[in-house]
Amino acid sequence: MMDGSRRSFLKIGGLSVLGLSGVRVWNVFAATQEAGHEAAAEAAGALQWAMVVDMKKCWDYQEKQPCTDCMTACHGIHNVPEIADPKREIKWLWTDLYQHAFPTEGHEYPPAEARGKPFLLLCNHCSNPPCVRVCPTQATFKRPEDGVVMMDFHRCIGCRYCMAGCPYGSRSFNWQDPRPFIKELNMQFPTRTKGVVEKCNFCAERLAKNLYPACVEVCKAKALTFGNLGDPTSPVRELLKQHYTIRRKNELGTGPNVYYIV
Amino acid sequence: MLEKALEGSKSYWRLLVTLLVLAGIGFGCYLLQLNQGLRITGMSRDVSWGFYIAQFTFLVGVAASAVMVVLPYYLHHVKVFGKITILGEFLAVASVTMCLLFIVVDLGKPMRLLNVLLYPTPNSVLFWDMVVLNGYLFLNIVIGWTVLGAERKGVAAPAWVKPLIYLSIPWAVSIHTVTAFLYAGLPGRHFWLTAILAPRFLASAFAAGPSLLILLAYFVRKRSKFDPGDEAFEKLSQVVAYAMCVNVFFVLLELFTSFYSGIPSHMEGFIYQFSGLEGHGKLMPFMWLSAILSVIAVLMLLSKKKRSQEKTLKIACVLVFIALWLEKGLGLVITGFIPNPFNTVTEYWPTFPELGITIGVYATGFLVLTVLYKVAIAVKEENL
Repeated sequence: MMDGSRRSFLKIGGLSVLGLSGVRVWNVFAATQEAGHEAAAEAAGALQWAMVVDMKKCWDYQEKQPCTDCMTACHGIHNVPEIADPKREIKWLWTDLYQHAFPTEGHEYPPAEARGKPFLLLCNHCSNPPCVRVCPTQATFKRPEDGVVMMDFHRCIGCRYCMAGCPYGSRSFNWQDPRPFIKELNMQFPTRTKGVVEKCNFCAERLAKNLYPACVEVCKAKALTFGNLGDPTSPVRELLKQHYTIRRKNELGTGPNVYYIV
Repeated sequence: MLEKALEGSKSYWRLLVTLLVLAGIGFGCYLLQLNQGLRITGMSRDVSWGFYIAQFTFLVGVAASAVMVVLPYYLHHVKVFGKITILGEFLAVASVTMCLLFIVVDLGKPMRLLNVLLYPTPNSVLFWDMVVLNGYLFLNIVIGWTVLGAERKGVAAPAWVKPLIYLSIPWAVSIHTVTAFLYAGLPGRHFWLTAILAPRFLASAFAAGPSLLILLAYFVRKRSKFDPGDEAFEKLSQVVAYAMCVNVFFVLLELFTSFYSGIPSHMEGFIYQFSGLEGHGKLMPFMWLSAILSVIAVLMLLSKKKRSQEKTLKIACVLVFIALWLEKGLGLVITGFIPNPFNTVTEYWPTFPELGITIGVYATGFLVLTVLYKVAIAVKEENL
């Protein structure tokens, strides 16, 4: 029932309002989500947040109606500017074709199902992140307590070494002042200035309040599952047990923590 | 000693003013970049390093010229280099100055530069690059200035400078190695992900640096009473010849591994450079030019008779320098980003303000070089 009311709240408020009324949204979420999360976190010693993406569910849902809720929510609450130029755009959560998402996996004759279909892409919050290894100021770092790869926008010197290091294209640089490109400002989350790198933060600000990441929260198809990889009973581990999953560029040894059910 | 740079001929002052004007134009473009952000450059989400970092990489190599005269002189007592070690050291100072400036102009937040010192991060190669580059700059300024000062007074250089000179030799190797490590350790950038990148950097550096030094030394001989001596040119041309051959050999090794293995990610960079990838081939003419010039230069340098003729040697040095600039100062960095992580191609081309800043940094470097060479030559002329 709570679930239903939350959905209708989002529907009524419209996703774009998420930014402005962030506090209230969070309060609603907080009331519903706390229990599950804390239990999961306590159950395991090593906490590593991970995500399982079931694109089939997303595509099935999209056959009925096109949906960009996850991306709209993510970019809305994180003040991600909307820049049309593909050379300068900022992306936290986005989609691309199978052959682009998994360039080493594909062949010429993919199943009709996957052909031309979008895959949801985001920072993989790697277990062995090259971006963190190369950063000369520790402006990007892997949080020891939960494995989230974070960015300190105030420490970043804008050398873009992390962008050369990331094999997933998950990092975006602010080639210009992003503020004029933010449609509606969410006062609960910082904006960035020109000259710094940014990326998905697994909604660290929401995790701190025991909330799921916004994309997981708003997905009507329930295609996104978030949980602790270190906990054998967590929902992500359950899915990994039940399905054959792949990760992007597994062979590079980065240890991505976003899994795709195929 | 610096006062020697304050008196000179009309053409000396004309050169200084020209360089100052160019540096000023570059600074103007940089103010625009500070105000607008790096969007005034041709760089993009996919090709996130461009001309600045490429020039930085190439110039780290030019700084090599110092070690190629210092090492034979101090370790092998090749006396003919005695006169020109100072030219090599001061060229290194100017080159490293340009390297550091190119890093600064590439930063999105240059005012936060000192964060690198405030939060030293040993796991970052960029941190070590900062250490070795600044160290090399310091070593060459101190060594060059001290030895020249002693020469001016007609006394032997102080004993404490000797250990610094010996230290500067492995240090020169370290700047190229660490700079190669910036690239050679990144998963997913297959064009750079090769153990031979550091040796390649060293080989191309030991060819490009000394060939510029030869050209500068000829210029100095023409414009002043100071003559480095024919033997110095002969020995330096040997260095260039060997290094250039080794460099070409290393490139062929890369091509073998990439194309015999047939692994697409290893071939794509070279395919992009020489025949274009997915219909994109902006670098093609430049890479072919680089390859052709390299072959011609090697053929010219191989014959001892040919390279001992001043005119031939000058042409060969120009060819080597252009070929390696195209290879390292244009092709190497950009191609590392092609194809991008999604296996598609986004091309890069520098913009006018970006070129303006680049020319400004080069002008600043050559301004430093001109002043330092003026001092060095004045001291040498005094002692004739």
